[in-house]
Amino acid sequence: MKNCLGIINLSELESNIQELTKVRPIASIPFAGRYRIIDFTLSNFVNSGINNVAVFTQNKFRSLVDHIESGKSWDLDRKITGITVFNPAFNYNKIVQRYGDIEHFYQSLNWLKYASEEYVFISRSYMICNIDISKAYDYHIKSGKDITIINKNIENSEKFYDLDTLNTDPSGNLISIGKNTGKEKEIKLSMEMYIMRKSLLIKIIENAVENGDSNYLKQALFKELNNYSVTTYDYSGYLACINSSKNYYDANMDMLDHDIYQQLFSTERPILTKVKDEPSTIYRETSDVKNSLVANGCDIKGTVKNSIIFRDVKIDEGVTIEDSIIMQRTHVGANSSLKNVILDKYVNISKESRLSGDKKVPYIVSKGIEL
Amino acid sequence: MIKKEIVALILAGGQGSRLKGLTTNLAKPAVPFGGKYRIIDFPISNCSNSGIDTVGILTQYQPLALNAHIGIGKPWDLDRTQGGVKVLPPYMSQEGGRWFKGTSNAIYENIHFVDTYDPEYVLILSGDHIYKMDYMKMLDYHKEKNAEVTLGVIEVPWEDTNRFGILNTTDDLKIYEFDEKPENAKNNLASMGIYIFNWKKLKAYLIADQENPDTNYDFGKDILPKMLANGNDMYAYPFKGYWRDVGTIQSLWEGNMEMLDEDSELKIHDESWKIYSRNANLPPHILTNNATVKTSMVNEGCYIDGEVEKSILFPNVKIGKNAKVIQSVLMPNVVIEDGATVYKSIIATNSVIKKDSVIGDESLDEITLVTNEDHGLLE
Repeated sequence: MKNCLGIINLSELESNIQELTKVRPIASIPFAGRYRIIDFTLSNFVNSGINNVAVFTQNKFRSLVDHIESGKSWDLDRKITGITVFNPAFNYNKIVQRYGDIEHFYQSLNWLKYASEEYVFISRSYMICNIDISKAYDYHIKSGKDITIINKNIENSEKFYDLDTLNTDPSGNLISIGKNTGKEKEIKLSMEMYIMRKSLLIKIIENAVENGDSNYLKQALFKELNNYSVTTYDYSGYLACINSSKNYYDANMDMLDHDIYQQLFSTERPILTKVKDEPSTIYRETSDVKNSLVANGCDIKGTVKNSIIFRDVKIDEGVTIEDSIIMQRTHVGANSSLKNVILDKYVNISKESRLSGDKKVPYIVSKGIEL
Repeated sequence: MIKKEIVALILAGGQGSRLKGLTTNLAKPAVPFGGKYRIIDFPISNCSNSGIDTVGILTQYQPLALNAHIGIGKPWDLDRTQGGVKVLPPYMSQEGGRWFKGTSNAIYENIHFVDTYDPEYVLILSGDHIYKMDYMKMLDYHKEKNAEVTLGVIEVPWEDTNRFGILNTTDDLKIYEFDEKPENAKNNLASMGIYIFNWKKLKAYLIADQENPDTNYDFGKDILPKMLANGNDMYAYPFKGYWRDVGTIQSLWEGNMEMLDEDSELKIHDESWKIYSRNANLPPHILTNNATVKTSMVNEGCYIDGEVEKSILFPNVKIGKNAKVIQSVLMPNVVIEDGATVYKSIIATNSVIKKDSVIGDESLDEITLVTNEDHGLLE
């Protein structure tokens, strides 16, 4: 995989996950107790041997830059290759209205041109999975096709509403691309991951800018698909797309399924994140915790069921938390009860509070709020 | 090379034979402690938090795990271009190779390392103790007293004075006598094995001590008494707070259990003085519907399907269905199979406790130690 660049394109649609993306891109939403969404893509890259990585951010990149730092946590703080974060060069609102993300790529074209790698792997951050990219890469090389799109055969299509679906011939060659309306039960879902020669990507970007007919990289790519041979590669492991608050809630709860947990956090291909050096979580005498995922640094005196507890959470005596996601550095005051709730970071719930949402519409408390 | 005001040297070559099977192929400072640390994380983190950025670590006995753990010092933010952490093993020279013969000889053999930074002061630490301490406050005190040597001391209960090196001091804490494990102590200030020396002075004494045919090459037995006898100004720096020598199976177990006290003096959760370590980077731990966990510390990657009470679980420990773990310390990757019971025990890294077996005894004072051949050196 030394001959392949990794690109993470963060122009991801946030309209159905607005509460959690007020202060951050989807890529840096906390997930599964101690991770950020982007950790999965970064770890997939590194575990597959892709060590030259670029992240193309949108606006609101502060938390992401803070998270990635020098790339240390993923061993991407390299002298040769490593990670580069490309933040938009000027007022992003203006670019979005007029140009989409294609201009952003065009401005960073030199990074692509100067890299010695011949291939690129382009990905989003919001597709949560643990994939061995080197297998897809080998498949692409062997196929001799111009472009390979990674896909997964999905049976519960409503979970992946509005995402791209692929129509292929029996041998996996692409015929056309559509949208998942949720009506069809079984679909071939595009994971929005593409492998191609770097020179082809450069050509597609340059054409799009010259012709002025595509605002987004994906749009430019789809427009040109008919001119190239395109095949598909099947991924069969766990997949979730964090493009709505409901999907975010469900995917977190999926982690309580031990088979999914073991598959996603495989010891052979570990998911890495920024280390925070908290001590172990301490369970006090009054604690009662069942069927939950708990990260380090917590101090727990209350009752917790079917929930995800992030790092450094304090849960006081008499508290009951059920079916909820409690993000890092929150504090839940004595005798409060929470059900179907998502608490964002640094939330402080005063004692005796009652909060409850619905499994389909979890009650979300924004970052830093004191209730 | 940029001049440094102070250089720290951590003596980490000790075998720790009283830790029995735990130190068969592990130096004592590398022994796991407190759910995620190794003992040496405490002095190294203290250096880093105190703003001391040049640290030499003197290794000798079974250094593999220790070397791998320290690496270039990343976890402690000591991967620096100027200074940083350096592991200093015994070495060969044109006069031949030799082991460090004792604590003072180990420093003597590394005079050239210290001289590189031309420091005013050196801080000598042992890699064996659990505590949080700001060494810079001690240095301020050392300067204020205009001392040649300052020794960190802690008040111990009078009945325990016969287990420690006691320092007899005048009212202004100037040391006039050393009393090693006295039967009838005049004072209850015990030496913590933490020394600040004016480097030029120490260097002269180290060189002179090498020439002494009767020397034990030891700070406590040779260097410090000699300096006192020659009338150097030596002061005791009283430290208040948690400090434990965890050099025996019993004290290692007790030190771990003390972390579970709600008002533990160590204040491990205090973020203004974090203890850093190499991190396993594992997913959060899981408590199943069958789990009961009370008064315990649990780290990442654990899977608990049984009952855990008053225990410390290191990363990646698995507790099976109907298994019971009480008042025990389970080091990384330990597996307690279904139905097994563990009382008052320390279970070493990578050990497996078989289905339905019973380890340890709640009614006994003695701590049961379970070790195995594969110690997980590079956890």
